[in-house]
Amino acid sequence: MQTPLEAIDLCCVRGERTLFEGLSFTLKGGDLLRIGGPNGSGKTSLLRIACGLLEPESGEVRWGGESILRLKEEFWVRLLYIGHANALKDDMSAAENLGVASTLAGIVADRRQVAEALARLGLAGRENLPVRVLSQGQRRRAALARLALGAAVPLWVLDEPFTALDAKAVENVQELMRGHVSRGGAVLYTTHHEADIGAAGSRRIDLAGGK
Amino acid sequence: MSVNWFKYSSPQTFFPLAGRLALGFGALAVFTCAVGLYLGFFVAPTDAQQGESYRIIFIHVPAAWMSMFLYVVMAFWAGIGLAFNTRLSGMMASAVAPTGALFTFIALWTGSLWGKPAWGTWWVWDARLTSELILLFLYFGFMALQAAIDDPRRADRAGAVLALVGVVNVPIIYFSVKWWNTLHQGASVSLTKAPTMAATMLAGMLVMIFAFWFYSIAAVMLRARCIMLERERASEWAGQYARGVA
Amino acid sequence: MIAALRCVIVRDLRLAARRSSDVLTVLLFFVIVVSLFPLGVGPDPKLLRVVAPGVLWVAALLASMLALGRVFAQDHADGTLEQMMMGATPLGLVVAAKVLAHWLVTGLPLVLISPILALQFDFPQDLLGVLILSLALGTPILGLIGAIGAALTLGLRGAGALLSLLVLPLYVPVLIIGAGAADAAASGLGGQAQLLILGAMLIVAAAFAPWASAAALRISVE
Repeated sequence: MQTPLEAIDLCCVRGERTLFEGLSFTLKGGDLLRIGGPNGSGKTSLLRIACGLLEPESGEVRWGGESILRLKEEFWVRLLYIGHANALKDDMSAAENLGVASTLAGIVADRRQVAEALARLGLAGRENLPVRVLSQGQRRRAALARLALGAAVPLWVLDEPFTALDAKAVENVQELMRGHVSRGGAVLYTTHHEADIGAAGSRRIDLAGGK
Repeated sequence: MSVNWFKYSSPQTFFPLAGRLALGFGALAVFTCAVGLYLGFFVAPTDAQQGESYRIIFIHVPAAWMSMFLYVVMAFWAGIGLAFNTRLSGMMASAVAPTGALFTFIALWTGSLWGKPAWGTWWVWDARLTSELILLFLYFGFMALQAAIDDPRRADRAGAVLALVGVVNVPIIYFSVKWWNTLHQGASVSLTKAPTMAATMLAGMLVMIFAFWFYSIAAVMLRARCIMLERERASEWAGQYARGVA
Repeated sequence: MIAALRCVIVRDLRLAARRSSDVLTVLLFFVIVVSLFPLGVGPDPKLLRVVAPGVLWVAALLASMLALGRVFAQDHADGTLEQMMMGATPLGLVVAAKVLAHWLVTGLPLVLISPILALQFDFPQDLLGVLILSLALGTPILGLIGAIGAALTLGLRGAGALLSLLVLPLYVPVLIIGAGAADAAASGLGGQAQLLILGAMLIVAAAFAPWASAAALRISVE
């Protein structure tokens, strides 16, 4: 990832509460930045601000010196965001969902690559079932399969990626994150999981509630 | 004398100014309204066709004008708020809406009161009354949307999009209703065709328009103060104001 | 970019096909509303012939409003809308594609069934073309304008009723011109003027409404 993502003096107000203010950080290639903090401290809001989904009360996020809100698609093409919601349509299969998600994100992936990505996350043989019949853990893995196709996308922003995953799947995803970072990509994530991912370039920022 | 307009662009500084404006314009409104109604009800001559009942146009026509002006004003403030991300503009737009809706309602009510003695029915589907009815729905829609959204910032911005879409549509609505009306009525006369204007009648209506303008400014300023206090209740100046008054 | 838009349309059509009940419900609603009018105003054929265009248009309007709940709500609920907002294609174009798919699934069936319903009202057969064309031009406009309302009310309590309030005043010109086309044709004046105006409205709506909807979506998703 050539250009860094810069967060400058961010202030976030939700409802009446100021969640955080004066927050700044820079994310470069090879960085694995974890946002920590208690529930309600604004972790999800910070991630959404970093993606351009939420406008901060003050401050801005820049990519290559320009505000991401002005860059829009130019920035979003270089971003892969997986939030709390799985972003899967219940009536479509995991394979169909992944195919649509890739096309919309500008990633070229044929059926074989989609099947491989789902197999990487342990969903081999289940990729043609409607998402409706999958378990919570399987759905989360189907959502995370985008990571397996997202090697070319420099910036990954993941909100609680390990939710509902068993130990093996957690290790799987951590491996994907490590691989991405070692290839020069950057990952910004939050998690309640205390285990260290063990990649070079790991950092942590903690949001204390109300600071 | 150069005025630093930006000085008043924050709620804290605008609040006292709004109070003074409300007082001043309120007094002016009472005065001009008295003058206007006197002109309309006592000085203007009796109409040859409609007798005394036409006098309601001194309220009806200015109210209809105000209802349309205020929608444009509301859309203007909403647009400014959306473009420049200023909190106060959004508050002004929200403050204007109920006054605009009030004048729309007055226009409809007085139009109906005029229609009964003049044409024998409580309601006519003529172009102006029908457009006023749709304008009332536009105001209600704006107010309902803002009421349904808890987050004030989303409420301001969503209302702004709606107001801007509405203001573009108001002329389209007006012309399509007018066309619909002429198509279906053929040769009949419109309810809102006012009697030929004597000079005093015109003067009376102009004075009433000013009276309604002054009232609107006063009402909007007062409402804006309430909105500011509510939105900024966590801030220092609002706390001090509340403690000072209470 | 074309590939992405085609993907959106195919996806929405596929989802509608797999969940066809809500699509059929809208069509059924249209048919029922149209059938209620004669029950309300009496079966006098002269009266029904006169009110036929208006009744069909009002019913199409109501059915369109009912259908608007499906344009963005489901995608918003499962998180796919956010992903579309951060895609490689501008959101305005994505919205236009979604509205097109929405019309194909909810508007086009109304247009296709309208001649049958019009015959129930003994509407002159040679004028059916004008009526169908007015609905074919008008229902997409209703969808485009309605999408703005749907985007503004995304996720709100009582969104359905609020949406109707927001969108009805904006629908009025389309209703007047649309029903006016068939009316004019019935009274011998020919409906070309109205149809041309509808065409112009469709072009303007298609050019501007998706961007208003996109702006409204970004505001609502915050």
